[in-house]
Amino acid sequence: MRIVLIDEDKARAAIIEQGLAAASDIEVHVLSDRHGMAKAIAEIDPDVILVDLGNPSRDILEEYFSVSRALARPIAMFVDQSDDDTIGEAIDAGVSAYIVDGLAPNRLRPILDLAIRRFNAFSRLQDELKEAKDALADREVIAKAKQILMARRNIGEDEAYKILRDQAMNNNKRIAEIAEAMVMADKLMGDSL
Amino acid sequence: MSLKRITIGFLPLVDAALPIMAREHGFAEEEGIEIELIKDVSWASVLDRLLYGHSNAAHMLAPLAIAATLGRERPAQSLSVPFVLGLNGNAITLSNSLAEIVQPDGGLGDPYSVGNALKAEAQNRKADGNPIRLAAVHRYSSHNYKLRYWLAGCGVDPDRDVEIVTISPPFAADALAAGEVDGICVGEPWNSVAVKRGVGQIVLVTAQIWRRGVEKVLAMKSDYLSENEELVEKLIRAMNRAGAHFVKAENWDMNAEILARSEYLDGSKTLIKRAISDQILLKLGDEPQHIPDFMFQHREAANFPWKSQAAWLYSQMVRWDGNSYDAAEYAKVEAVFRSNIYRKALADIDAPMPGANSKVEGAFKAPVAVGVTQGRLTLSADPFFDDRVFDPEKLEEYLYDK
Repeated sequence: MRIVLIDEDKARAAIIEQGLAAASDIEVHVLSDRHGMAKAIAEIDPDVILVDLGNPSRDILEEYFSVSRALARPIAMFVDQSDDDTIGEAIDAGVSAYIVDGLAPNRLRPILDLAIRRFNAFSRLQDELKEAKDALADREVIAKAKQILMARRNIGEDEAYKILRDQAMNNNKRIAEIAEAMVMADKLMGDSL
Repeated sequence: MSLKRITIGFLPLVDAALPIMAREHGFAEEEGIEIELIKDVSWASVLDRLLYGHSNAAHMLAPLAIAATLGRERPAQSLSVPFVLGLNGNAITLSNSLAEIVQPDGGLGDPYSVGNALKAEAQNRKADGNPIRLAAVHRYSSHNYKLRYWLAGCGVDPDRDVEIVTISPPFAADALAAGEVDGICVGEPWNSVAVKRGVGQIVLVTAQIWRRGVEKVLAMKSDYLSENEELVEKLIRAMNRAGAHFVKAENWDMNAEILARSEYLDGSKTLIKRAISDQILLKLGDEPQHIPDFMFQHREAANFPWKSQAAWLYSQMVRWDGNSYDAAEYAKVEAVFRSNIYRKALADIDAPMPGANSKVEGAFKAPVAVGVTQGRLTLSADPFFDDRVFDPEKLEEYLYDK
């Protein structure tokens, strides 16, 4: 089976491709550049096309699938109505699927399931990465704020932290927010540490 | 008080304004609704989210709501439109070289002069084996139908004398610059983006082709509407107030700033404000021009879902899609626009309410005070550029009358 994966996010495309290509009877082609896409699709003559929901070219692609005489077989949006749940999950995960006329929906099913899992896994990775970056940034600013307090009030680290924490609780803010405010204020006052 | 939540899908265009403003200015909250907005970048995705229940309602191309109901390209799912989000707001932007040929004096052209000049140039280009290529945002769009209506009205066969393709608005300026297309028919701010980049000139606005054509609508699954009618009525009231607020000059600046935000259009406040205030820059280096009714979001009961507007769109779908007119389909089409829900939602407030659900389109040559069930309503002239009128009760005649 030949699958075209259209995704301008190369990192995500790599993850999906890896999962799909693991099956021996599947050939995956990744298209990341919208230029020349129509020609590439016609040349590859795929059975299935996966497109991420966030791709601005979906409308162009659907129009192409509707009218192109360069395609060997007509291609349409996967709409096997017995599979509304799968389609729902696909939308949730951020992927849409187009299949050629005549392809049995049960052949698409495992591919779509895999794509959904991989898209979701990528989303989770991105979320984790963002959380990790945010946490790191928070730690850095809290460390800085503690330093400022320790120097200005001649106190130890534990006490400095307690001051930040109490302020956060009393104002219903995150400790990192209080720390940011402190670092900013210190900077504005001049002769910062 | 816990708010009832409604998720609304949208595309980053200026005419997504009313649901956004209903949320941002607290009109929804006052009705007890929390609007959650989901941004997508293709109509396919906005539609899929709506059809599979990931959004409750959506900013939608009016013809696409009809096409989805008729089962074109997706299995049929009945959609309902209880509120129109706006009329007009689109333009035709041509590459600098083509604009030089068909509108050499610059400025806004006359539909016939531009059309006739385009017809001549189209023949030349065809003879060279390089036909003029024009792009619209979707086959099921007012952009596509108005473009075709105009071309055909000037004697240009939209399928044989030129090529009409689909384009994604964020890529439109690039496509003009690279010569991939010779012209685009898109909504704001994308025409202005192309003009600002110096890759194109606006030669016509679609309001010149039809002064009162439905553009975007608020669409939802008919099942959702019947199960949540009260909630939908509250949403209509909230958007009605958003509309009244949106068209006031003193709010333009604030609203442009909101729309420009990254979670909405993520674009230029300057260009957005110009669109909102009907001040359009047609060509780089010129002064912006005041184009009355460039956008038409609320006045003169613009949000009322006239069934005749749905009918006109169907007439164009039949004309260009190659499907024949079908009376059963026509009935379904008229049922998409839910005038009575709109009536019910705004019955207790002083909103002007037309007496009829349908009208002869293009018939008003001058402002006319129309029959109302409440308030007062004067409708301005709504001509088609070729002065034809469309009577929804005579659709078949309209189709075959050349």
